Amino acid sequence: MAEKGKNDSTTVEHKSERELVVTRLFDAPAHIVFEAWTKPELFTRWWIPKSFGITIISCKMDIRTGGSYRLVMGHPASEQPMTFFGRYIEVTPHSRLVWTNDEDSEGGAVTMVTLEQQGEMTLVVLRDLYPSKAALDAAIASGSTSGFGEQFEQLAALLAT
Amino acid sequence: MVQYNQTRFDASFAALSDSTRRGVLEQLGRSDASITDLAEKFHMTLTGMKKHVSVLEQAGLVTTQKIGRVRTCRLGLRRLEEEAAWIESYRQIWAARFDALDQVVEELKQKEKDHGRKRKE
Repeated sequence: MAEKGKNDSTTVEHKSERELVVTRLFDAPAHIVFEAWTKPELFTRWWIPKSFGITIISCKMDIRTGGSYRLVMGHPASEQPMTFFGRYIEVTPHSRLVWTNDEDSEGGAVTMVTLEQQGEMTLVVLRDLYPSKAALDAAIASGSTSGFGEQFEQLAALLAT
Repeated sequence: MVQYNQTRFDASFAALSDSTRRGVLEQLGRSDASITDLAEKFHMTLTGMKKHVSVLEQAGLVTTQKIGRVRTCRLGLRRLEEEAAWIESYRQIWAARFDALDQVVEELKQKEKDHGRKRKE
């Protein structure tokens, strides 16, 4: 796939043995990017792009520090719907979101998103911090990537190729 | 190639559809273990655990080696070669999401602009 230019390229860094960092620059001020992350009807539009072939069954987001979220999705290849849930450890308008991924009873990552406005642009940095190297290694071994679950992750990867 | 991936994907999918098997992978991520260790850990019969390990083995997620009377399980060799591929698929997922987010953000920006214009009128 051709690169569309530096501005809109997504980079991933295996930052440490238990941390993955994704960065991307957006051509909009931080309050607009934050809105797209925090309104369920907007969030689901991009979190589950149509190309993933996944249906959103329900999405509840109580966006505040200590609030919880619950995302239920379905896919034709899976008989059971998949549920993803956790709670927001920190919600700071226009700059920071931190949540847990509790569907994995142990070894779930904590996801931290920071929005940094740079002029008219906003730099989004997303970190998936696993509790240990073993937890990230296990996620890699199982084909899982955070926020998506083991089964769907591989499906999505397959659909993307 | 696609066919190969599909077959392997089906095997992985089946292997990962079970919570015990996901637990076994998690456990092996911490250290290698014998089938007996795993059976104890997951409160299961030896035969039951053997079946689970065999499914994981067929999917290439686990390898086993018999030394004396003990069969030791470890995460599959496939893992090493696939780490780079995993990172790439992780990146592709985020790239797809962020491209979609770009569109949402663009719409919001346009809305805000229109709204601002209306207020001025």
